[in-house]
Amino acid sequence: MSDNKKWYSLDLGLNNKKESSGSCGCGKSEGSCSSTPKEQVEEELSPEEFYEAAINASIGEERHRDGFEQVFDVKMDRRSAFKKLTASLLIGAGAVTTSCSVTTGSDTKEKAQIDWEEQFKGNYKLMTDEEKQGTINRLMRSYELRTDKKINMTAENAAEDVLFGYAFNISKCQGYMNCVNACVEENNQDRNSEMQYIRIHEMKDGEGFKFDKADDNYYHEVPAEGHFYMGTQCFHCDNPPCVEVCPVQATWKEEDGLVVIDYDWCVGCRYCMAACPYDGRRFNWSKPEVPEPEVNKNQHYLGNRMRKKGVMEKCTFCVQRTRKGKNPACVEACPTGARIFGNLLDPNSTIRWVLENKKVFRLKEDLGTEPKFWYFMD
Amino acid sequence: MGAFKVFKSLVVDSLDTITKGSKTYHLWMGFLTLVMLIGMYCYSIQLEEGLSATGMSDRVSWGLYISNFTFLVGVAAAAVMLVMPTYVLKDIDFKQAVLIGEGLAVAALIMCLAFVVADMGGPSVLWHMIPGIGVFNFPNSMLTWDVIVLNGYLFINISIPFYILFKHYQNKEAKKSVYVPGAIISVFWAVGIHLVTAFLYQGLQARPFWNNALLGPRFLASAFAAGPSLIILVLAVIRSFTAFKIEDKTIKKIAMIVTVAAQINLIMLVSELFKEFYAPTHHSESAYYLFFGLHGKNALLPWIWTAIPLNVLATVILTFNKFRNNLKVLYVCCFMLFVAIWIEKGFGLIVPGFIPGPYGKIVEYLPTGVEIGVTIGIWAMGAFVFTILAKTAIGIELGELRYKDKKA
Ligand code: SF4
Ligand code: SF4
Repeated sequence: MSDNKKWYSLDLGLNNKKESSGSCGCGKSEGSCSSTPKEQVEEELSPEEFYEAAINASIGEERHRDGFEQVFDVKMDRRSAFKKLTASLLIGAGAVTTSCSVTTGSDTKEKAQIDWEEQFKGNYKLMTDEEKQGTINRLMRSYELRTDKKINMTAENAAEDVLFGYAFNISKCQGYMNCVNACVEENNQDRNSEMQYIRIHEMKDGEGFKFDKADDNYYHEVPAEGHFYMGTQCFHCDNPPCVEVCPVQATWKEEDGLVVIDYDWCVGCRYCMAACPYDGRRFNWSKPEVPEPEVNKNQHYLGNRMRKKGVMEKCTFCVQRTRKGKNPACVEACPTGARIFGNLLDPNSTIRWVLENKKVFRLKEDLGTEPKFWYFMD
Repeated sequence: MGAFKVFKSLVVDSLDTITKGSKTYHLWMGFLTLVMLIGMYCYSIQLEEGLSATGMSDRVSWGLYISNFTFLVGVAAAAVMLVMPTYVLKDIDFKQAVLIGEGLAVAALIMCLAFVVADMGGPSVLWHMIPGIGVFNFPNSMLTWDVIVLNGYLFINISIPFYILFKHYQNKEAKKSVYVPGAIISVFWAVGIHLVTAFLYQGLQARPFWNNALLGPRFLASAFAAGPSLIILVLAVIRSFTAFKIEDKTIKKIAMIVTVAAQINLIMLVSELFKEFYAPTHHSESAYYLFFGLHGKNALLPWIWTAIPLNVLATVILTFNKFRNNLKVLYVCCFMLFVAIWIEKGFGLIVPGFIPGPYGKIVEYLPTGVEIGVTIGIWAMGAFVFTILAKTAIGIELGELRYKDKKA
């Protein structure tokens, strides 16, 4: 069942037994269980799974609903759980259960504890630095508990005297879409719905900026004769209407000008989406899936960490990279040099040079949103 | 303590009345329950799969739920048209109608809240919106205003009729000094809920179709046509199924309100159409899409071209006294008006706001079966709530339900 899935989803460990059979059925390398014979492992439920399966069988789907769990939704149909359950009982998993019980108990408890604290934590925007550290520690630990893989998540705050801005050279862009792909990979966007933050609009030469006639979903060789290209994404407006309308302040503008979303605080009303004049926001209409090997493990709480279904997301100018002094993934991926990113407050930055020396313009300036995203031509 | 005892007995008595009734009544309630169950099943699918079970997408991100929400806010607000004359102007004719109207408002508000919850991506974290526990982005977000005014209005509309019925239940007169101030507040409040809901859309500079000053007033006018229309229809049903006496005079007065509101609504429609089509700009594209379709995309045409003729026809017929005073014709007109405004203020308002998108992309929207199931389920819930409320109220007003003090 799990073989033909192209993304990663934790399957209770029932189907991907082989990977975790290193030392013990409980999937933990350290700890007090060391006695499990290897041959048995394939057939049996470890105590932890046993416990999980029992919970699943008794309270079933309800369990999947609570906020955080949606991220790591445990895909499992009840019948197979029962089957495995009975089978393992018959073979005599009882022995394993007792031998591992201490470790298991603490693991499951820890998971439950993390889920509980995550469900009832506050808004990230209002957290102190310790609280921020607390939640990212929980999220990292939770990922480890569920997948046995480690991720690295930071909660880096905005640096002082930094205001990020972006410039796009229309003359250079050839529509290669390397930026789009780099963005999807960098930011762990849902592969199923093919979510993309960036849209490249292909327009006809000589017609000017006719967005309504443009094609933002082309599948042909580029650059196409007689066309030019223009990219859009979230413009990180300085006066962002999307922030004003959010009823719970789940989205806000950071000190360095990034407009970000707390995915755990968003209630999914999509008011911000209606308010954005630039088509900058994306919604998780179903559970986002990223194949585990493809998950970008360098994450930021406000950036590319895993999302869940029913929340808003969007371009963050790759907060996980830019706050570490790197360029966003799209800038780095662009082979033509059409994309320029930098600190608007630094008089020596390239972006400042562009703003001062090129004839720049922004989209829909009449709306007063003050995008920090400029277009220019050579 | 005494009041509490009376309350307990009231609850017991009303439970008694709502579980008893004619065969038609039981059939009706059974039918509603069935529909509600279907709706719940559809909602469970939506919870499981996420909102991808609906027809909405990144391009059209609000649909049937928010459309119905918008329309029902109007229905709820309309109760005020009956409250005002009765309580404040001491117009006797409206007295019986007003309890029904307020019951309707309560049912409509409950449906509104249900539609908002159904539309949420994360219903399990809705507590983030509760002031005090969560973070309430007041006064910046119009949605928080809407939460406040809707809940406030719900409170007012529950407490006033409750007070009156509670007194009548004990065979006492309701004190004017208590409920008249409440009624006056609710008059302003009703206008408030509707304006605030209009501002929800009107305040978005990103959507030119909504971002126009006439939206608020048009909301009011259409609400005061659709709401009382529904009340007339409900009164007609109650009149024929219960012993509750509603005079022709009452219905005719409400019909007057409907007529005036429908006429004003029509004038505003003409003004809007003139602006959009006399000197069309880039911003008129949504209106073009709604009325004529754009680039071959025309999913809304059948809807809007059902709504407009119904609206015009009903308004014209109602304008003539002779037709309006014929109850049969009146009922038909009210029904037509109700349907027309449901389309216009729901679908016809919300969906074109997203089409074309910010960069001119046209992606159409059609609700899915799940979405329709949930919607119908919520309507059934509203009807269910209203039937219970109305049955209790009628029981008390007819004197069938009375408090019997055991000690006395
Ligand atoms: S582009 Fe849209 S989503 Fe981005 S900050 Fe501006 S309004 Fe918000
Ligand atoms: S969808 Fe989320 S971020 Fe957007 S307005 Fe609603 S709660 Fe705020």
